[in-house]
Amino acid sequence: MTNWIDIAALDDVPQRGARMIKTASGCVAVFRTANDAVFALDNACPHKAGPLAEGIVHGTSVTCPLHNWVISLETGEAQGADEGRVATYPARVENGRILLDSDFFRTRAAA
Amino acid sequence: MTQKLIVIGAGMATGRMLEHLFDAGANVDVTLFNAEPRGNYNRIMLSPVLSGDKSYEEIVTHDADWYAANDVTCRFGEAIIAIDRSTKTVTAANGDVLCYDKLIFGTGSNPFIIPLPGHDLEGVIAYRDLEDTRRMMDLGPANKCVVIGGGLLGLEAAAGMAARGVDVTVVHIMGHLMERQLDEAAGYLLRKALVEKGITVKCAANSSKILGENGKVKALMLDDGTELPCDLLVMAVGIRPNVKLAQDSGLAVGRGIHVDDHMVTSDEDILAVGECVEHDGAIFGLVAPLYDQAKVAALTLMGETARFVPKELSTKLKVTGCDLFSAGDFAEGEGREDIVFRDPARGVYRRLVIENNIVKGAVMYGDTADSNWYFGLIRDKTDIADMRDTLIFGPAYQGGTPLDPLAAVAALSRDAEICGCNGICKGQIEDAIAGGARDLGAVRAITKASGSCGTCTGLVEQVLAVSLGDEFVASAAVAICGCTDMTHEDVRRMIKLKKLTSMAAVWQECGWKTSCGCHVCRPALNFYLLADWPLEYQDDPQSRFINERKHANIQRDGTFSVVPRMWGGITTANELRAIADAADKYMVPTVKVTGGQRIDLLGVKGEDLPDIWADLNEAGMVSGHAYSKGLRTVKTCVGTDHCRFGTQDSTGLGIKLEKDLWGSWTPHKLKLGVSGCPRNCAEATCKDIGVVCVDSGYQVSIGGAAGMDVRETELLIQVATEQEVMDVIKAVTQLYRENAKYLDRIYKWMGKVGLDWIKERIEVDRDALVDRFEVSQSIYRKDPWTDHAQTKADSYRPLANFALEAAE
Ligand code: SRM
Ligand SMILES: Cc1cc2nc3c(=O)[nH]c(=O)nc-3n(C[C@H](O)[C@H](O)[C@H](O)COP(=O)(O)OP(=O)(O)OC[C@H]3O[C@@H](n4cnc5c(N)ncnc54)[C@H](O)[C@@H]3O)c2cc1C
Ligand code: SF4
Ligand code: FES
Repeated sequence: MTNWIDIAALDDVPQRGARMIKTASGCVAVFRTANDAVFALDNACPHKAGPLAEGIVHGTSVTCPLHNWVISLETGEAQGADEGRVATYPARVENGRILLDSDFFRTRAAA
Repeated sequence: MTQKLIVIGAGMATGRMLEHLFDAGANVDVTLFNAEPRGNYNRIMLSPVLSGDKSYEEIVTHDADWYAANDVTCRFGEAIIAIDRSTKTVTAANGDVLCYDKLIFGTGSNPFIIPLPGHDLEGVIAYRDLEDTRRMMDLGPANKCVVIGGGLLGLEAAAGMAARGVDVTVVHIMGHLMERQLDEAAGYLLRKALVEKGITVKCAANSSKILGENGKVKALMLDDGTELPCDLLVMAVGIRPNVKLAQDSGLAVGRGIHVDDHMVTSDEDILAVGECVEHDGAIFGLVAPLYDQAKVAALTLMGETARFVPKELSTKLKVTGCDLFSAGDFAEGEGREDIVFRDPARGVYRRLVIENNIVKGAVMYGDTADSNWYFGLIRDKTDIADMRDTLIFGPAYQGGTPLDPLAAVAALSRDAEICGCNGICKGQIEDAIAGGARDLGAVRAITKASGSCGTCTGLVEQVLAVSLGDEFVASAAVAICGCTDMTHEDVRRMIKLKKLTSMAAVWQECGWKTSCGCHVCRPALNFYLLADWPLEYQDDPQSRFINERKHANIQRDGTFSVVPRMWGGITTANELRAIADAADKYMVPTVKVTGGQRIDLLGVKGEDLPDIWADLNEAGMVSGHAYSKGLRTVKTCVGTDHCRFGTQDSTGLGIKLEKDLWGSWTPHKLKLGVSGCPRNCAEATCKDIGVVCVDSGYQVSIGGAAGMDVRETELLIQVATEQEVMDVIKAVTQLYRENAKYLDRIYKWMGKVGLDWIKERIEVDRDALVDRFEVSQSIYRKDPWTDHAQTKADSYRPLANFALEAAE
């Protein structure tokens, strides 16, 4: 069973943007697309750990700010010729609030 | 046994319910109350009545004959004011008490009136019934009306009045119109169509109060102080289910009157249908589901078991010339993909959202002929895997073998239009080819095809390919990125030519293939738009590379560098002390003197940025824009102040230049140097713009660089006064901003347009260029650090911090 916890208001994250949240085992980037879908991914690019939360969000992808790898927000997979993947976590929006699955903290602690 | 039914409200839902009952020959005796002084009419057709396309008589759904034929006792113009459920009676406004076996609520909803100061002034109305409609119809041409609300209702009101010659302004709080039904691109097209009808549209506009005179509305005031004069103010901002009577009589009520799947309320003898109900947490605002409810309620009353099941909804706008359609859910999401089709020449936009081979949502503008087909795919959850590639073209293209684009072009007749802008047909292009044209450029030169908006370039090339076969070599024009086939130059031309002032406008008019661009095109478009329309366009931080979005240079480890401006390379002891204090306070690992005559604080944590900036601001320092495609540094030497060879005040001129030019965004970074004599200690001749002072004045030269390419500047002009230097430099900067491709430095741009052209423009257009530069600077010559430290500091901090909790 998923146990959703309230993280913040949707409007705290700009459309086509991201914010970072800190956890005991590193940072997670929370993305919001142009159409208000949210995604949570490790805030570290599979290439050289660039902070994905600082990237440019387009469609359901983000471009890493360091060397322009394009990462799918849905799968965490690097797009195109690049290879690599970052962890993704369940995230959703309800009544204008962003919710993450509390299990995600446990998974992260184990990772 | 005849059932005595009392119906509260002669609306669209109850009208339909009664039809079902009578059609089925139900044994009922109906008394129909309606607060409005008339019977059932088609409320949704009030809009065509308003615009003059229909008369009220044409939209009446049930007339006196119908009520008579079905023995309906009509009590129009009378409201029910109380219900006694224990005795099963209702009280009418005149005090009559009547018994019922079954009571049916169909009280609809009340328009929401925002409680702005002045909302109770005469002339502030909603848009709900015939009375409201008549108020608008009576306004008469040349009067002014403001409509608050850019949704379906507000826009129909606005268009209807505009059709009658009223001067209408729509004020909408969100960034684009009908944001609940439309995405940005369709919202843009809709806005454009309404503007063409003479309607003024203000989006992202927040109303603050309504101003009146002698108790009558006079103007609407926005929170930015703008006053919009009006003789009538229509609020169309939403509806609330009309539940007061139900609540007073003790029925279970949430947002609406609670009903079960059979449309029965918490009292088994009372049913409810229409906008007044709440079913399974949902309330309703369109007629399609109300008709389903009406049918279920009729069956329930006749003792049959039927269930109301909500279905997918679709929206259309009843404004002539604005064909739009939206259905389903078109938000992006996990596993969802977009298919986008745009035909700028015809103003067509289509977008489908697909998940697991099922169409989830559709937005269409311009050509909605296929909307029903798409709606069917959404409703029936049809598996579209087999037609995915051609789905976006509509039902006509399904079945048979997939189209080979070349075969499709070959099959076109000679009079098929290829270039919509210039009205060029395939035959004319074939003739040009027969006459010797061998490539795109030649066809363009002879026929003008693809010379305007450029979106038919691909088609023209295909005609070439079909005609010439292997002889044809595709042109080498490089598109900006995968989102478009157009080049930077073409897009810039379109932005100016068609006055495109928003990103959504560019995506549509230039036929972008993605819904919202990518990291390559968005920063370029953001620059083009702000450079060409500084007053109209609002800078979009989300389309900027992180360095510009956060006004600091990102480092390999995710920290940032902070470089305050040192005007012309001059600093003071106080500034140096403040920098030293900041370095201590924020534990800056590296303090370095840059190659641009100032000091860099490297390795600052992202979340400390607003604080360190605030401290530096306190000491009088502002952002050095060391991160920007914009003015960087103006390097100077000591000049006549101290140097024995100095011919002019190079330091002073450098400071003046930097103070006038800072904050300006340019296609690439812009570096200046001012040297006090030809010994050139400020290295002015390897800057983008360099000034070398001489006895007789100033030599201004451009196009230098000392990065990946090392270039010496070339002389643009020699002038006598500082003022002329300032003007020439502003003019050339503006010319560069207006014309160069994004990420071309001046030397690259100069290589394309030629120094002579630049010289000529500076001679001929100097004053106009300077004026436009100043207009733009009125917006952009300000310190982003102050702004962000004061208003956006929160956005630099983590959204949430669970690091501590977990550690406990
Ligand atoms: C800090 C500084 C080096 C230093 O310690 O002195 C510097 C640092 C960077 N330079 Fe530079 N440049 C610095 C002066 C220069 C100079 C010298 C000058 O301005 O007189 C040049 C050669 C002159 C010129 O621009 O023609 C220079 C030519 C470049 C280039 C090559 C540009 C070109 O057109 O070829 C790049 C790459 C680019 O911009 O695309 C670059 C890019 C960079 C970036 C921004 C790379 C990046 O994108 O992250 C470096 C950021 C370092 C960091 O971690 O923050 N830097 N860079 C200098 C800042 C000056 C300032 O006060 O703003
Ligand atoms: C201008 C306009 C355009 C629209 N366009 C569309 C469209 O294009 N497509 C679409 O699907 N929908 C459209 N709608 C919405 C649609 O009209 C409504 O969803 C529909 O009319 C609701 O029907 P109803 O029977 O629930 O309520 P209504 O049609 O509002 O009827 C309720 C009636 O109950 C009466 N009443 C209330 N309280 C009492 C009482 N105590 N006693 C007696 N009578 C009472 C009211 O006077 C009213 O006449 C539009 C609405 C408007 C105003
Ligand atoms: S030369 Fe410039 S870009 Fe290259 S490492 Fe040094 S600072 Fe970075
Ligand atoms: S670290 Fe992300 S692209 Fe290099």
